Amino acid sequence: MIPPDLFVLFIIGPVVAAALLAAFHKWDIFQRGVSLAASLGLWGLSVAGLLSLLQEGQQGIVVLRMGNWAAPYGIILVADVLSMTMVVLTMTIGVAVVVFSLRTVEQAHQEHFYYPLFFILIMGVNGAFLTGDLFNLFVFFEILLIASFALLALGSQPGQLRETVKYVVINLIASTFFLISLSVLYRTMGTLNMADLAYKVQTTSGELDPTLTILALVFLFVFGTKAAIFPLYFWLPGPYFQPSAGLSAFFGGILTKVGVYAIFRTFTLIFRHDPALTHELLLILAVLTMLLGVFGALSQMDMKRILSYHIISQIGYLILGIGLFTPQALAGALFYMVPYVLAKSSLFLIAGVVQEATGTTHLKAVGGLQSHSIPLSILFLLAALSLAGIPPLAGFFSKFIVLQAGMEIGRYGYVGIGLLGGLLTLASMLKIWNGVFWGEETGDRRPVSLWPLFPGIVLLVFFIVGIGLFPGILYSVAQTAASQVSDPHVYIAAVLGPKE
Amino acid sequence: MEFVIISVIGVLFGCGTYLILQRHLLRVVVGLSLYSHAANLALMISGGLERGNPPLLTTEAPYVDPLPQALILTAIVISFGMTAFATVLAFRVRQVYGSDAVDELAGGEE
Repeated sequence: MIPPDLFVLFIIGPVVAAALLAAFHKWDIFQRGVSLAASLGLWGLSVAGLLSLLQEGQQGIVVLRMGNWAAPYGIILVADVLSMTMVVLTMTIGVAVVVFSLRTVEQAHQEHFYYPLFFILIMGVNGAFLTGDLFNLFVFFEILLIASFALLALGSQPGQLRETVKYVVINLIASTFFLISLSVLYRTMGTLNMADLAYKVQTTSGELDPTLTILALVFLFVFGTKAAIFPLYFWLPGPYFQPSAGLSAFFGGILTKVGVYAIFRTFTLIFRHDPALTHELLLILAVLTMLLGVFGALSQMDMKRILSYHIISQIGYLILGIGLFTPQALAGALFYMVPYVLAKSSLFLIAGVVQEATGTTHLKAVGGLQSHSIPLSILFLLAALSLAGIPPLAGFFSKFIVLQAGMEIGRYGYVGIGLLGGLLTLASMLKIWNGVFWGEETGDRRPVSLWPLFPGIVLLVFFIVGIGLFPGILYSVAQTAASQVSDPHVYIAAVLGPKE
Repeated sequence: MEFVIISVIGVLFGCGTYLILQRHLLRVVVGLSLYSHAANLALMISGGLERGNPPLLTTEAPYVDPLPQALILTAIVISFGMTAFATVLAFRVRQVYGSDAVDELAGGEE
């Protein structure tokens, strides 16, 4: 449907937008107009790209060779259904966040490169999803990191600075380990191209296994730090609590998922030589992440903090799907990702509306918001119930598919913990509902109109409800993606050409 | 020769870890930059420290591996940017809080 060369626009488009926006950073209408147009345009393009991949079914992989150098030597971009779904998701959240930011970003922040930094962030995220080379994955990680550092520190409030310092130090340490493990990987395998690595691992298994397993665990440490899995999640709640609501929504929705995507990609494509060790470890980490995240959420008394801890808990489900490592479970993990990211981002945006309306998001300081704004409470209920997995909303189907895949291969213990995690999620969502929306009216009400804040949230909740009503569409996408990633030969053949 | 480089990487990592565990932000920043030096050295020996001809079509084998150099160049640029950002951040923290000791950074809690 769209020519393959256009896939490079998901990386170049945001850079061009960011450059334009940075050049005219004091021109208010230009900032808003270009941001909106660029995010909508990229969103439309990403949907078209995903549709054109889906037409090809399992063979739907687009490989772009930069400068036309052949695959293991040159830089390549690979768009398969998994990565394009992630790009579509990123751009959807991007549109919602830009729309929300139009009304909420302070003038001073806008003049200090809020929108340019946001588009650089999008470029890094899209690049990380589309690259077919581990070193370029590192480069795109750094690009999205430095943009997120600058966005976190924007405004230099005391709390912000403290959290930025923590976030910077943790991430730079993880990046160093990434670089070291890349050098060891290059030393042992002689390549950093993902498809070439996968091919070499498959053909020379036996001799190199010990080093490769150690490397797999170091990569798990690196990506796990970025994805905030147990026991590396301690840094997450602070930085995601501090920035403005639009940024919290993008950070909470997308940034940790880049780490999850990296685990997804590497542990289905390259490090699949010893699943008895690596994927069992993923399962154990998954249930611990799930439980400890939701316990953290239950003990908090602030809406944004509860949501931040929830990010951790939900990542557990995604890792569970990867750890189960059957095509059904991988499809379930991808199916889980989409509604959950939509719900999480819309909940953060709703927290931003609560902040606009009352000046705080602390559960004790607000109450009875449902009589102040009924539409807001309906949006919250839809997103929160989807997150907790109540049918017929989208979250129910995602949990159902992951847990069913666990039942099929007899992992009842993990399924049980998954169900318990879902129950506790519901409990903590009800805690927000009781604290913020239900009960007597307490706290201040600012005389601001909330309607201009709604379009972005409505867009996300619309997709949540839509997926809940028509789960078959997303499920067929997830199955196509799973059929590609569960058989690495498809990916290897697409990148390196047919091998025998 | 590789043993020497590996020892240097170890020493850099040790010093870096010591500095990152300090209270003062500027030391943490220096520790992070030592970390990135160690990583760059590790990249350098990832292709093997061998003498050889430049990898051009007109020269004869043995060639040296050109990829690590390209990787290091990229990694140096990135770590330069990151260190610059971290230094400015430490400076700003010093301005806002009047101290750069990490355990004295308060505020922003609700």
